[in-house]
Amino acid sequence: MIPAQIEKDVLIDAPVDVVWRVITEPDQIVQWFSEEAEIDAKPGGHGRLVFRSGESYQLQVEAVEPPRRFAFRWVQPQGSIARPENSMLVEFTLEPEGEGTRLRVVESGFDKIDWSDEQKASYAERHTDGWESLLGRLRDFAKR
Amino acid sequence: MSAPAVNEERLLEAVSDGSRRRVLDLLLARGEVTPTALAAELPFTRQAVAKHLAVLDRVGLVEATRHGREVRYAVRPEHLDVAVRAMARVAARWDARLAAIKRMAEADARARKRLTRRR
Repeated sequence: MIPAQIEKDVLIDAPVDVVWRVITEPDQIVQWFSEEAEIDAKPGGHGRLVFRSGESYQLQVEAVEPPRRFAFRWVQPQGSIARPENSMLVEFTLEPEGEGTRLRVVESGFDKIDWSDEQKASYAERHTDGWESLLGRLRDFAKR
Repeated sequence: MSAPAVNEERLLEAVSDGSRRRVLDLLLARGEVTPTALAAELPFTRQAVAKHLAVLDRVGLVEATRHGREVRYAVRPEHLDVAVRAMARVAARWDARLAAIKRMAEADARARKRLTRRR
C-alpha cells in the first residue's frame, strides 16, 4: 500500500568533496536541514537535529564513507537504539558526474516501521513547507 | 469511502512537479474549470496546462467532464489517501533540502574557483 522508499537525486555543479561537507558538517547542515545540528560522523556515532518547530530527533550514524556515502537512522524515540521497526533510514550517495556531482538521497523504512497510518501522516505533517497549505486544502476538500 | 487502486509511484511522480502542483492548487481553489480558464491564471500556455492535466488525469487526481463543447476539470481528492499524502510531503521536503544543498555547494565551488584564479 505505502511505497517503501523515497528516492530523489540532483545534479550539482560542484566537486564531490564540497557536497560531502555540505551534507555532513553540522555548521552546513543547519543551513539546509534543521535549526541545530550535532553529529558524530562515524559509524555508530550519534547526533541530534532540532527543528524550528522545537522538535528534536536523535540520529544514529550507519555509514560514513567519505566522500561517497553517508547514512543515518532517525525518528526513533529519544534514548532508544534505532532499529528498522522504530526508525527511518536516510542514505546519501555521491557520484562524480562530468565536472559535478550526482547527489542521491533515499529515505526508506516506511514499510517496516511499526507505525499506524496516523503516525505516518503526523510524521509527514511536521516540519512544514510550502506543500503544507496545498495539502491542507486538499484534505479539507476531501472532507466535503 | 473506498478509493479505487492507485499506483502510488505514479501519483507521487505526478505531484512532484512544481508546475503541476500549481495547476492542482488552482483547480482546488476554482472547482470545476476549463484548461483555458486555468491557463489565464497561470504563467503557462494552454498546451502546457493541458499536458499537466493529462498527467494528473492519468493518475486519477483530476477528472474531466464534457459540457457541450467544452471540457471541464475537477480534482478527485479521494485518491490522495492519508499515507500517500504523507509520502508526498516527505518527498517534497527532500526536494527542498536537495535544492538547498545544491545552492550551497555550488556557491562554495564558485568561491573556490575565484580564489584559485586570483593566486
